[in-house]
Amino acid sequence: MTINSVNTMYTGTSTPMARWSWRGLMALAAVTLLVLYSSVFDSYEIGIVILAAVGFSFLGQNWSGFRQHFVVVTALSFFAIWLYGQDLGLAESNFFLKYLISSQSAFMWMSALFVMATFAYFAGLFMRSSFTEKVGSALTWSATTMGLVGLMVRWRESYLISPDVGHIPVSNLYEVFILFAVITALLYLYYERRYQTRSLGGFVLLIITAAVVFQLWYTFGKGAHEIQPLVPALQSYWMKIHVPANFVGYGTFAIAAMIGVAYLLKSWQQNINPQGLLANVLPDFSVMDDLMYKAIALGFAFFTLATILGALWAAEAWGGYWSWDPKETWALIVWLNYAAWLHMRMSKGWNGNPMAWWAVIGLFVTLFAFLGVNMFLSGLHSYGEL
Amino acid sequence: MSDDSNPNTRHHTLGQRLFQFLGSMDLAITLLLALAIASIIGTVLQQNQPYADYLIKFGPFWFDIFESAGLYDVYGASWFLAILTLLVVSTSVCLIRNTPSMIKDMRNLRTHVQSKSLRAMHHQKQWSVDADAGNSATILEATLSNLGFRAKQTVKSDEILVSAMRGGMNRLGYILTHLAIIIICIGGLIDSNPALKLAVWTEKVKVHDFATKTISPKSYLAAGTKAFRASMIIAEGRSSGTALIAMKGGALFQRLPFSIEVKDFRMEHYKTGQPKSYETDLVIRDDSSEPLETTISVNHPLFYKGYTIYQSSFEDGGSVLTLNIWPLNSSAGSPPVEFETNVFKNSDISWGEQNLGLEVLSFRLFNINPDPTDDDPNRQRNFGPSFDYKLRKDTGEALEYTNYMLPIKRNGREYYLSGVRSSVAEPFGYLYLPVDIDGGLTHFSHFLQRLHDENIVNDIAHTMMTETLAEINNQDKKLEQSLQETLTMLVTMFVEGGFASVGEFIETTLPEAEKETLGPAYLSMLREMLSRIYLGGTLYKYGTDDPEENAKIQQAELLFFQDAVDAVSSLSQYGSPLFLELSDYEHVEASGLQVTHSPGQPIVYLGCAFLIIGVFLLFYLPQRRFWAIVKANNSGTDVLLAGMSNRNPREIDLFFEQVAEQLETATGNSETR
Repeated sequence: MTINSVNTMYTGTSTPMARWSWRGLMALAAVTLLVLYSSVFDSYEIGIVILAAVGFSFLGQNWSGFRQHFVVVTALSFFAIWLYGQDLGLAESNFFLKYLISSQSAFMWMSALFVMATFAYFAGLFMRSSFTEKVGSALTWSATTMGLVGLMVRWRESYLISPDVGHIPVSNLYEVFILFAVITALLYLYYERRYQTRSLGGFVLLIITAAVVFQLWYTFGKGAHEIQPLVPALQSYWMKIHVPANFVGYGTFAIAAMIGVAYLLKSWQQNINPQGLLANVLPDFSVMDDLMYKAIALGFAFFTLATILGALWAAEAWGGYWSWDPKETWALIVWLNYAAWLHMRMSKGWNGNPMAWWAVIGLFVTLFAFLGVNMFLSGLHSYGEL
Repeated sequence: MSDDSNPNTRHHTLGQRLFQFLGSMDLAITLLLALAIASIIGTVLQQNQPYADYLIKFGPFWFDIFESAGLYDVYGASWFLAILTLLVVSTSVCLIRNTPSMIKDMRNLRTHVQSKSLRAMHHQKQWSVDADAGNSATILEATLSNLGFRAKQTVKSDEILVSAMRGGMNRLGYILTHLAIIIICIGGLIDSNPALKLAVWTEKVKVHDFATKTISPKSYLAAGTKAFRASMIIAEGRSSGTALIAMKGGALFQRLPFSIEVKDFRMEHYKTGQPKSYETDLVIRDDSSEPLETTISVNHPLFYKGYTIYQSSFEDGGSVLTLNIWPLNSSAGSPPVEFETNVFKNSDISWGEQNLGLEVLSFRLFNINPDPTDDDPNRQRNFGPSFDYKLRKDTGEALEYTNYMLPIKRNGREYYLSGVRSSVAEPFGYLYLPVDIDGGLTHFSHFLQRLHDENIVNDIAHTMMTETLAEINNQDKKLEQSLQETLTMLVTMFVEGGFASVGEFIETTLPEAEKETLGPAYLSMLREMLSRIYLGGTLYKYGTDDPEENAKIQQAELLFFQDAVDAVSSLSQYGSPLFLELSDYEHVEASGLQVTHSPGQPIVYLGCAFLIIGVFLLFYLPQRRFWAIVKANNSGTDVLLAGMSNRNPREIDLFFEQVAEQLETATGNSETR
């Protein structure tokens, strides 16, 4: 019997006590919401609340980090909402809002923390300091918290502008960039704990940093951070589930690609100098291989779901579930690409450098579907224009 | 099924080979990627545009090549459909080939394994227990069942095999995902209505090309069960039971089993000016039931008896426009003349000897544009109603105009704005007609009429000549005549060509030596003339009591005069002998609806459901098998446990440990006690 160098996968050690109190808390939160707002919720919103509660209990039952994150985000968001009251102007005068948790400040904190986390992870990797890597994790958690708080507060702010302007902040390119950073970071943190390795953090955070830099340019260069009302085509409950589901896909594909980069670097280093730093500090090939597969499988599942949700929405908004609109078509291209990747991996058992290269190329295909279509092609799906 | 003794083996093998090839993974992956690459073409090259646009873009050579490759409608091209069909065939072959073994695998607990093969497995464990073999096997089976396994005992000669499996549905994931692709493609095929394409091809149905006036009965499609996606534009107060299906080179007319009346179309805006909602009040009437009154909006279509009616666009429904026509090149009459027309209506206007065709193109109730007077370029402002029209001369030439109803403020003064251009590709050039103190165009028009009146101009030229020559005591008759002629000529030149013409005249006709002195002299003479012509007919009224008030009016009049002169100067580029002022309107809108009938939709949705369930089963329900062989030894029983997963072996590491530990505890390890 051979012994794997990474012989266990961490599956969580929460005590039954913690698990059940978490589930209880989620149930309590759901019931409270349903009772408080029973008069205004429609059946769809009731469904969302219940599904969210089930989903969060599931995510948090063995993941203490998520539980803490959830509680902190909720508390800070409520604090900000309470501070605001009915006056959006407080964003400029209230100390906490101005410097910490108005959506703009929260996003700035998020940006800074993500950049710091990237440096911390890489520093930890190259200095072989697990403490520094832990700092990287903590910074990533903090950044994710600030990002999510920012999104929650922005949601409220949109309603403070005017009730008819209010909407969930996933409606334009600016907002989904933050969503992308937050979801990608959360997914990464999940895998980090699951695989008990922090050495890939820098690589994944690199793409988040790229997103953050773009978003900063978008804010200061184009003033895109201002909350805009929804055009009629976007006023649909499908948006609330279609967009986040898509970003789980984009996020995991990005993670897979960055692990692919790490894989290729290690492979290259090993060829020229097996004693080299990268060859030794990065996880085993088999671990990275497995992680890439896991990420792409998760992404593929959610991307399938998101594309189908998009088709259902299109059937309600555009008069047909499929119109060969550029965005739709590129979603299909992304889907076909990863379908081919998964077939190669699952049926033909391919692995190693070719699959890593393919995962990296996949990111470019995904990136084009996400951004390129909006920048270069015109079509029905032109909400997130640059 | 196959029979090797068949003499016709050669043929048979070919069939088998084809089957093998169609079901091969290499082909499947090649097709997936081929489809992806082919799809890219359709996104890079805008699809289904007018052919003329492609011809201009690519030139005749490439246009023909691209056309024969079907690149202008990639997703309908035969080669694209061939790839899609091949993918469906390949998937079907895979499914047919693998489903029987998958179903077997889903149920089969593999009761024939030998202890030798268990020992060869990566995950295995052995221990001994005190209980006898039968009891141990029963405990193992029960424990595994409690853990969610399907378990079974098989008694063999000298040992008992307990086989267990969890996640057998994983195999169902494979079947569902692949079945889903086939189902979705079939549903999509039904909704693309290939029968209609065939009917067009065999000329049973004739595409109406809009160039021919009469519509052939063959261009109408009867209401039926076939799929379609059609559009209708219905003005408020009108109703229709026929929808338009856009086809290559024209359209077909789809009859509906009901009629749709548009009662009202509404468009709401946010405070910032962006559109907030588009809604239409409809009445649906058919023979069998009561009229249905309802409202649709974007994202909220009406589902009616298998048809879906969407709010997709809006346009003008023939708004009634009342115009004031102001002549720009005549001294006759007392303008303005009132004229009524409709959007989309063509009418003839006779003006003196000129006949003009007025084609009203559109009317806009709001013009929400960036405000040029605001520092923030994002700040938008409503500039009020406007209408677009073309004025066509006898020669067929036409210029396009866009006129705003309300005066536009610029530098604190108000102007009527009219844009003109000769082709759609150009930006509009704007004419600014100054609004007078009474809030209209009367003063400007009056000034313009005086400029065109030869008698007035001659009289004023004469007066001015006399005064000027009196100052220098001139007696020369010749000079008198030449000065008078020059003055009238300058005015005529200005009226016909603006300052540009006068400048050109100075530039081209004056001797080089005199340009320096005579040029400015000519311009000041012209200004003096214009001023005299204007003042001679001023309509401004000055109160006599308040000198301050009078000064204000005088200042306003001075500015008005300057603006009027500038406007006259630019009239030559305006290209129209008339200015059309929009004085009143009655807004009639038309709602753009999309009507669809998609019998394939439920099939596609079923496929989608299969796909989602299948994908999650495939990735998140690993199939795990455990076997335990219990065999009596001298003192008790030996247990050999082994496990495997159809996923990555590492994934089962921990799980195997946990299960093994539970089983060991349940049976009781005799050695550790």
